[in-house]
Amino acid sequence: MSEPLLEVRNLRVSFRTRTGTVTAVDGISFTVDPGEVVGLVGESGSGKSVSMLTVLRLIDNPNCVIEGEVLFKGNDLLTMSDADLRSIRGREIAMIFQDPMTALTPVYTAGWHISEQIRAHEKVSKKAANDRAIQLLTSVGIPNAESRVNSYPHEFSGGMRQRVVIAMALSCNPSLLIADEPTTALDVTIQAQILELLRDLQSEFGASIVLITHDMGVVSQMANRVMVMYGGRLVEAGSRLDVMREPAHPYTWGLMGSIPPTDGTRAVRLAAIPGAPISPSDSDRDRCLFAPRCTFATDSCRPQPGLIEHRPGHSDACIIPFGERAQRRTEALAPMRART
Amino acid sequence: MTASSPAEPNAPILLEARDVVKHFPIRTAQGRQQVRAVDGVSLKVRTGETLGLVGESGCGKSTFGRCLVKLIDPTSGSVLFDGEDITHMSRRELRSRRTGFQMIFQDPYASLNPRRRAAATVEEPMRTHGMGTDQEIRARAIHLLQTVGFDESYANRYPHEFSGGQRQRLGIARALALSPRLLIADEPVSALDVSIQAQVLNLLADLQEEQKLTYVFIAHDLAVVHHIADRIGVMYLGELVELGGSTEVYNNPRHPYTEALLSAIPVIDTDTEVRERIVLTGDLPNPIDKPSGCAFSPRCRYAQDICRVEKPLLQIQLDGREVACHFPVATGAK
Repeated sequence: MSEPLLEVRNLRVSFRTRTGTVTAVDGISFTVDPGEVVGLVGESGSGKSVSMLTVLRLIDNPNCVIEGEVLFKGNDLLTMSDADLRSIRGREIAMIFQDPMTALTPVYTAGWHISEQIRAHEKVSKKAANDRAIQLLTSVGIPNAESRVNSYPHEFSGGMRQRVVIAMALSCNPSLLIADEPTTALDVTIQAQILELLRDLQSEFGASIVLITHDMGVVSQMANRVMVMYGGRLVEAGSRLDVMREPAHPYTWGLMGSIPPTDGTRAVRLAAIPGAPISPSDSDRDRCLFAPRCTFATDSCRPQPGLIEHRPGHSDACIIPFGERAQRRTEALAPMRART
Repeated sequence: MTASSPAEPNAPILLEARDVVKHFPIRTAQGRQQVRAVDGVSLKVRTGETLGLVGESGCGKSTFGRCLVKLIDPTSGSVLFDGEDITHMSRRELRSRRTGFQMIFQDPYASLNPRRRAAATVEEPMRTHGMGTDQEIRARAIHLLQTVGFDESYANRYPHEFSGGQRQRLGIARALALSPRLLIADEPVSALDVSIQAQVLNLLADLQEEQKLTYVFIAHDLAVVHHIADRIGVMYLGELVELGGSTEVYNNPRHPYTEALLSAIPVIDTDTEVRERIVLTGDLPNPIDKPSGCAFSPRCRYAQDICRVEKPLLQIQLDGREVACHFPVATGAK
């Protein structure tokens, strides 16, 4: 086993607010291996974006308290000097944001965005950077890249804009790509195009990808490994097939039961999760955070159950004995009976 | 009518759209032009059924939904509610009919008055229509709030005290206030988290069962529409390209666009192999300058010369499906 590309150890992110401390990320640890696609799934407010923004130290808020370690190729990104970090950000680790409109500056051309990034990291002429920009735009599937390189963001459609953002991210050949909901703002047909593009580019460039999404379907199309977050903690992590075939945590069951079946059958009702997602400002944290919404919750859900590896490579944080999981899962998904 | 519909096959037609057209005039560098948002859509909705309308953003599904309840006036064509033409009615006449059809909006943040408490939001339509005394109206508002899952303590809260899913439930309570027979839901769950989306979909299903409601459910997510609707209409560039039973359309799309739309759904697959997909190239064409012939032909993988010249009409196929295509996908070929 090679050394992991990214190793996050016990990362904790909290914000001081007028009404008390808000814990966005509550002690998560994980690794990303070279060439791997890791899917980070969870609902809004589960801490998935904040945790990855922290990795790049993009949260610039004096009230934000970050603890833990983020090792990239063995160096801690959280303690590194700004100059060192600058040489990694954009070059070694690149990010694709959710909203392709706000990720681009409206007064500059697509080519400018890409060349600027290349010239920030490498000593190349403007001409050479522009040529690289054209090449990159071609490789992300933008037709007539020679002329489109001079187009402004508003002249592109949403899907095309996201392609420009991806070209920007790839401009310095990063070894890690963090994609924060890259397709959420797009139509399904455009989403399919972008996912296909990311898959092709991943096999071509070999970068590792951390894909942040709330869509189980997108994860199952892209990721080798899946991590499920709830309330700032990892509740389940495992290979794509393990998590999709035999999800172990009741929250993951709920997430899957909430999605209308896509296999052609129709359900009368969905196995929805009752209640609302836990608020990050909830101060009662020494327990399973999902317990208030969980049908199987008991007194033993306190204190906080740890993430335990029940099978090689598949771990989860739940007190239900592993042997009973299959049966509980059937019970949990029972309301989703097929329509007759 | 298809087998998958629980509505009576001979249930009376509640809503009928006849060749509804909505063009928005705009001024461009090329002079005055028309955005052809809805370009001749006809369909019927029977009492008690759910009709789902799907399509990508910009296909005109929301504009069409708004035409159905006359929130905007169609450029031409007419909408019949319960046999009466509501498009050419006077304001006064229309107002008395409005109790029959209500709308649920997409954005639960923008569609509620931030300065009005929950109960007052639900009471307003009843006051407008003079449905009883203050006490009666208040009692009914509380009852409606309970119907959508709020206890009495929520009645005096303001919208900002509610979460996104709760606001959407509040919007549903408001829509139910006048005991409508038809609800037009325009992307009611697309702004919500998946776990909350499932709660709202279950609520809509329960309400339909209890109150025998008829729904027109507009969404871009085919999986959601397949789940809730009895029949599905697929829209592309302001036109209906396919219309048929939900199960049939989902499992056996006949229009190439429906086929591609279905193929684009990210299915949770547990197979080791990632399945082959039909990926549409290009974007939705501009509704100002629609392609000649079949509007879908520039992106269609089956397109032939005739498709670029002659526009296919929505025709009933042998299996009862309505498809607007010169070369419909064969039955059984998924």
